[in-house]
Amino acid sequence: MLLIHCPYCDETLPESEFAYAGEAHIARPADPSATTDEEWRDYLFIRSNVKGAHYERWRHVHGCARFFNAVRDTVSDRFLTTYPAGAPRPALSDLEASE
Amino acid sequence: MKHTDDFAPEDLPAIEVLPPAARFSLRARPAQAEVLGRALGLTLPGRVGERTGEAGREAMCLGPDEWVILAPEEDGAAIVQALADAYGEAPHALADISDREIRFRVSGKGTLDLMAMGCPRDVSAIAPGRGARTVFDGATVVLWRDGEEDVRLDVWRSFAPHVRDLLETGRAELAAGL
Ligand SMILES: [Zn+2]
Repeated sequence: MLLIHCPYCDETLPESEFAYAGEAHIARPADPSATTDEEWRDYLFIRSNVKGAHYERWRHVHGCARFFNAVRDTVSDRFLTTYPAGAPRPALSDLEASE
Repeated sequence: MKHTDDFAPEDLPAIEVLPPAARFSLRARPAQAEVLGRALGLTLPGRVGERTGEAGREAMCLGPDEWVILAPEEDGAAIVQALADAYGEAPHALADISDREIRFRVSGKGTLDLMAMGCPRDVSAIAPGRGARTVFDGATVVLWRDGEEDVRLDVWRSFAPHVRDLLETGRAELAAGL
């Protein structure tokens, strides 16, 4: 079982309290009707699917109920960091430097 | 392996259904908490997991902008009125969830073992006097740790038979020394 640090509860808790919610930092187009079909398709379906550090959303569904963001290594499943929703995307170099 | 006969009932946790209570979900920005707490007659706790209580009313902080309020059943109307009066000064959302949840109390020796059968979270790490919204075998519960081996669980009504059955099964396993 993974242990995940919720930035709102400020506690590290079992994965079973959380729900995965897809890739983070994907902004909805401000004017959807102005996008081409390809742009809209990309927004809806195309994801980075990285091998390595992945910026992703989680929700502490059985807890404070908040969505937040995390950087997780998809190879090792290790969490590099978690941070509140709306906070800027942390640079990978900073995360690696802090280890 | 111990046999059931080796266990006196006082060695096992007691599982009770508590009488109905007035129960509210309160959502507001943290900046409004002071005014809303004053209207409720208590101090709204500021951090997730913290609890406060005053004159039979209890509050627990469930999320950064969410609290659950518990009070004697006959106190409900007064709480609705007090918060309605405070609305102009402190905008918020108050929902009466009294009927949404059933409240169990589990107490006595073995309570933490019984909780561990359903909760992935380490309940012993929740200090007595604190609480948490967490999960008990798939069902969301609001857990109030009142003492070392004394917890209350608020469970959504439709999940209550499932949680109750699991508690009873766990108690039987404890009795059987499993
Ligand atoms: Zn949380």
